[in-house]
Amino acid sequence: MKMLEIKNLHASIEGKEILRGINLTVNEGEVHAIMGPNGAGKSTLSNVLTGREGYEITQGEVIYKGENLLELEPEERARRGVFLAFQYPVEIPGVSNIYLLKAALNAIRKHQGLDELDAIDFLTLVRSKMQLVKMDEQFLHRSVNEGFSGGEKKRNEILQMALLEPQLAIMDETDSGLDIDALKTVSEGVNALRSPERSFVMITHYQRLLDYIVPDFVHVLSEGRIVKSGDKELAKELEKSGYSWVHDSPEAEAEGQPA
Amino acid sequence: MNDQTQQLEAITQKEYKAGFYTDIESESLPPGLSEDVVRQISMIKGEPEFMLEWRLKAYRHWLTMDTPEWAHVHYPEIDYQSVSYYSAPKKKTDGPKSLDEVDPELLRTYEKLGVPLDERARLAGVAVDAVFDSVSVSNTFKDKLAEQGILFMPISEAIHEHPELVKKYLGSVIPYKDNYYAALNSAVFTDGSFVYIPKGVRCPMELSTYFRINAANTGQFERTLIIADDDSYVSYLEGCTAPMRDENQLHAAVVELVALDRAEIKYSTVQNWYPGDENGKGGIYNFVTKRAACRGESSKVSWTQVETGSAITWKYPSVVLQGDNSVGEFYSVAVTNNMQQADTGTKMIHLGKNTSSTIISKGISAGRSSNAYRGLVRIGPNAENARNYTECDSLLMGDKCAAHTFPYIEVKNPTAQVEHEASTSKISEDQLFYCKQRGLDVEDSVSMIVNGFCKQVIRELPMEFAVEAQNLLGLSLEGSVG
Repeated sequence: MKMLEIKNLHASIEGKEILRGINLTVNEGEVHAIMGPNGAGKSTLSNVLTGREGYEITQGEVIYKGENLLELEPEERARRGVFLAFQYPVEIPGVSNIYLLKAALNAIRKHQGLDELDAIDFLTLVRSKMQLVKMDEQFLHRSVNEGFSGGEKKRNEILQMALLEPQLAIMDETDSGLDIDALKTVSEGVNALRSPERSFVMITHYQRLLDYIVPDFVHVLSEGRIVKSGDKELAKELEKSGYSWVHDSPEAEAEGQPA
Repeated sequence: MNDQTQQLEAITQKEYKAGFYTDIESESLPPGLSEDVVRQISMIKGEPEFMLEWRLKAYRHWLTMDTPEWAHVHYPEIDYQSVSYYSAPKKKTDGPKSLDEVDPELLRTYEKLGVPLDERARLAGVAVDAVFDSVSVSNTFKDKLAEQGILFMPISEAIHEHPELVKKYLGSVIPYKDNYYAALNSAVFTDGSFVYIPKGVRCPMELSTYFRINAANTGQFERTLIIADDDSYVSYLEGCTAPMRDENQLHAAVVELVALDRAEIKYSTVQNWYPGDENGKGGIYNFVTKRAACRGESSKVSWTQVETGSAITWKYPSVVLQGDNSVGEFYSVAVTNNMQQADTGTKMIHLGKNTSSTIISKGISAGRSSNAYRGLVRIGPNAENARNYTECDSLLMGDKCAAHTFPYIEVKNPTAQVEHEASTSKISEDQLFYCKQRGLDVEDSVSMIVNGFCKQVIRELPMEFAVEAQNLLGLSLEGSVG
């Protein structure tokens, strides 16, 4: 069943067109990797899907579980199960991690018509999820991302994902700034969350992440279009030859066209 | 203006929640101020001669003074002759002997405000000396406190029952000559709270007073005096809301605290008086003088305030650190929205040896408001090894508001250590988007970010106040984010 359908999506920022006709279908349970060189539009795609301000959608549509995603506010998308693991998780001084986690979970539960979790049930739940990303309980009481190392910030994103149990998880350069141990921990956390009902869109510059989280599909994004799609082998080719060959490839233009 | 800004502005336009008006017959003096009015107030209160003398001296001195103009606030000149200086709920017989005799309309007002006047108060462990306009109508827990020798009563009563204490301490921290509004208050104050904690006694409950300005055009001139004798401790809570009104209302309170040897006073305020509408119409003028004397050695005074209301706030709760090893603290959150103006801060005057002070000030400006921190740290020549730490942070919401910081530091002893840190920040789009992406709406996101910003201050508040303060921040802090 279709989870996400992006059709001929064009988006601009300050009058400059960044996405120039994206077509992508993600079915339930699939993991899609989107790769591409800097400036290809990878982050723009994740921002547009989650509703960050400042982008103008000039053409196309995005259907998420039968709904027009682009008409929803960012928090409405989040409550319907769209989660973004940020490339640069934001620091919120004075707000404890546990407070944000609880507020977020309860906002989503409320949308689902469920009761808010009380403090004890919540703590039990969050502790079980913390084991997944090997996080110490002291993280719960520190201010959100404040003074966290790069690895801790990314693990914190995965903890939030584990707790909020999204249906569509978009991961924006989750591997950036991670050493190999942190990368393993984060990947194990993500792999544990893979399920037939949950889909992932992983945005990454490097193939290395895909050794740990093996995608079902790999797409190459270049100049605002998906110029090549394939399976995990495509990522390995990219790793070998770099992105430049994508542009030279005769099939690039053809694959970039709307289906 | 982007969507987010518009959304935020919509939230900001919420009506003032405590805006209702109680219909009680008031007994008021006609507007105007003269020696006669001062004499009348003293007579209505049946005061002893020394009080009248003091009031008259204050009044005569006030006549020679000019309105202070140094604060960073702007307002039309106040016509002191158009203000009524006394208003009391009409007495049915000789005043209520119990809650049954209190005007039911008044009780309903308290109920709406959530004031625990009846049995709930005992459960909540809060003693309430409720000041409605100018006369105290009910006083709970007096007996329980009296068992330990604690005096907690309207100051008008203390003047009769404990004139020696009043004579000794009233005006001893803030002399009537201190400033324009203190002089005015000394001349015409009608009531307020009086607390005396005897030697070695730890007050078993938080003492609480709710002030509420009600009768039209009646200036409120509260007078509070708290004395903590040697080795005693008291925590005092002051919370305020006011009904919605069109005219500006003047409020010039004076609060004096005296801490003797090893005594500690914790004074917490949540101030939510009517701030005026979004165009700046109406609202309270809050010109308050609050000062504490750490008179004894190793004494401690801590001021914590959350100021969200009033059209204009002019307020500098200060500590004079006379005793050696004494400690002064000031924790403040000042919020201004729409057309509100605030000029607030503190003075820490170090006189004794090894004295230390901490100032944590959080200013939040939204709408077209203006928010200034003004602080003085003075280290006297004899204050060996005095220390001060000051942190002033400002948070701007939108691009039409202003934040100012005016720190003054005077050091006359070379052993002093004085630290000052200041920052100004904006709620970032990134923070808002991050919260929204986790499912929180704009309102909750802003409230959470702002409460985080104020955490150092909120955690100083007693529990029941902290919750109220957080709700208040949620209600009044949301402004435009640019």
